[in-house]
Amino acid sequence: MNPLPIHQSGSTRPHVATQEHPLAQVLLIAVAMLFAAVFLLLPLLNVFSQAFSAGWRHYAREVTSPDTVAAIRLTLLVAVIAVPLNTVFGLLAAWTIARFEFRGKALILTLIDMPFAISPVVSGLMLVLLFGTQGVLGGWLQERGWKVVFAPPGMVLATMLVTLPFVARELIPAMQAQGSEQEQAALTLGASGWQTFWRVTLPSVKWGLLYGVILCNARAMGEFGAVSVVSGHITGETDTLPLRVDKLYHEFDPAAPFAVASLLTLLALVTLALKTWLEWREDRDLKRTLAPDEPIAGESRTIGGGEVPPA
Amino acid sequence: MSIQLQNVSKLFGGVSAVHHVSFQVKEGELVALLGPSGCGKTTVLRMIAGLEQPTEGAIFVRGRRVNDIPVQKRNIGFVFQAYALFRHMTVRENIAFGLKVKKWRRADREVRVADLVRLLKLEGLEHRYPHQLSGGQRQRVAIARALAPKPDVLLLDEPFAAVDARIRQELREWLVHLQHDLGVTMLFVTHDQEEAMEIADRIVIFSRGHIEQIASPREVYENPATEFVARFIGVMNVLEAEAHQGVARRGELEFPAPGVPDGARVRVGFRPYGVRVSPDPAALRYRGVIQHTFFLGLMMRVEIELISGLLVRARLTKEDYSRLGLAEGMEVSFEIRQYRILAGEDAPLEPEMNVL
Repeated sequence: MNPLPIHQSGSTRPHVATQEHPLAQVLLIAVAMLFAAVFLLLPLLNVFSQAFSAGWRHYAREVTSPDTVAAIRLTLLVAVIAVPLNTVFGLLAAWTIARFEFRGKALILTLIDMPFAISPVVSGLMLVLLFGTQGVLGGWLQERGWKVVFAPPGMVLATMLVTLPFVARELIPAMQAQGSEQEQAALTLGASGWQTFWRVTLPSVKWGLLYGVILCNARAMGEFGAVSVVSGHITGETDTLPLRVDKLYHEFDPAAPFAVASLLTLLALVTLALKTWLEWREDRDLKRTLAPDEPIAGESRTIGGGEVPPA
Repeated sequence: MSIQLQNVSKLFGGVSAVHHVSFQVKEGELVALLGPSGCGKTTVLRMIAGLEQPTEGAIFVRGRRVNDIPVQKRNIGFVFQAYALFRHMTVRENIAFGLKVKKWRRADREVRVADLVRLLKLEGLEHRYPHQLSGGQRQRVAIARALAPKPDVLLLDEPFAAVDARIRQELREWLVHLQHDLGVTMLFVTHDQEEAMEIADRIVIFSRGHIEQIASPREVYENPATEFVARFIGVMNVLEAEAHQGVARRGELEFPAPGVPDGARVRVGFRPYGVRVSPDPAALRYRGVIQHTFFLGLMMRVEIELISGLLVRARLTKEDYSRLGLAEGMEVSFEIRQYRILAGEDAPLEPEMNVL
């Protein structure tokens, strides 16, 4: 239906209140693009140009040097342990929080967010205080010959602590929005709790879960502060990629840190690409193209009528 | 007996949601749980399914006490109000879900799914996802999914609430036919009295967690057990009157009320169809002016204003309305042929809505 006629002034474009003047639009977009170019794109490209500044050969040598390879290996090891554990934790935490009402729910939510609020260095220090030689648990562990701090186990713990919220934080809103009706439906259809989880709960939040895992992984591989505190900086043993970059940066070869940094930058680009793809997929899955209701049988229309005269 | 509830109560954190409810549903029956929202009817449905545990009382399905049997083993089909289809599965996968988790053989599964697709007229939609379906199609998928594992009873929570009003009527008739064809016992929850009246064999009327009446639609309409039922089902004229020497009076209206003590205030109710109207202002007992007429399809409802200002609703057929030559603004006479002194004590009285 047409609203009452409105007298339009000269312009043929309908003016929408939320739309800026075309010139302002162009200006705003240009400013945003400029900022992105100067602060994001330029430094990114610079990492690669610096990495190759001493030639391909130098780059290849640096990236395949034993210490760098050890760092790559440790980085992967840490991620391979920390990410799955945090994924399981995130699933459990999100499920508990989204499905049940209980005392202390707000407290758990706050605790899950803590790693976001705390400086990673402090997270690292907390672990040292707990597991270090003088720590509460450290002495007990040391007596049994278990080295946590200044060794890979401590680095895994530090990484887990810092990346704890990622999966849970992605899943909680997804599960809350989903509600539990699909799960209840599965139960009435005879599915066990386990079947319900694998066939209904998990598939319905899979995009959110993958998204959380990817972000968690990116952070796990890129974490510096917390890992640095507990690593002990033993070259070739407790250096992850970020620690290795830092170490090389303080040495003489100007191209070396950038060569290693380029690996982390690549990881970032892959993460971004995956994230974009996931968002696109999720968007496509969620698109609601609700068809209009149709009568089950063919629709009948009135084609005429009148009163039948009494016999 | 297909479903039997014995003295079932449910408390939610100390608050009573369902209060000593007992009723039975016979094999092959289509029964409606009717009541305003928040009256506990959905909780009753969920307790039968095993999605809620009763605080007290026993529930039987086909003679088996199911209180301690988990949801999965009750063999009950449940259709959720918003359907709760698995949105990452196609129509086919949705329908086959119950068969899959119950480990049906693949070949049997395919036959059963194909049967249901045909029965529920879902041909051509098997590979669509729920978000690609219309509301009515989703409802049929939800029913097909619930029927697939051959449940003992089918429970439906507000089955037509999420469907376009335009096709609701047709779906109601379709559900009745489906129920007749399959012979499956169905129990459905609704807040729409018209819906319950139209398709149910029997109606269980709820109010504030307890049962007001269990009867056939006709019985409920003609012989409401309580004032709540009388006012919830159909239209009723309700007015407060004072008794004097065995007669309840309000304005110029008088109703014999034998046995009611002098000075007692009672409520009197009468249906619009119990009012007879004449175009001759002197022919019948009371006089009034037609204020409004409402066109209800086959029937007409007229509002007659009395000199005292009371409004009385009367209902007559379209033919009678034309034959008598009635019109708005016309002076008429009328009499009340059926009325009821409402026993208001058992339920706290509600504010007068239909005052005349």
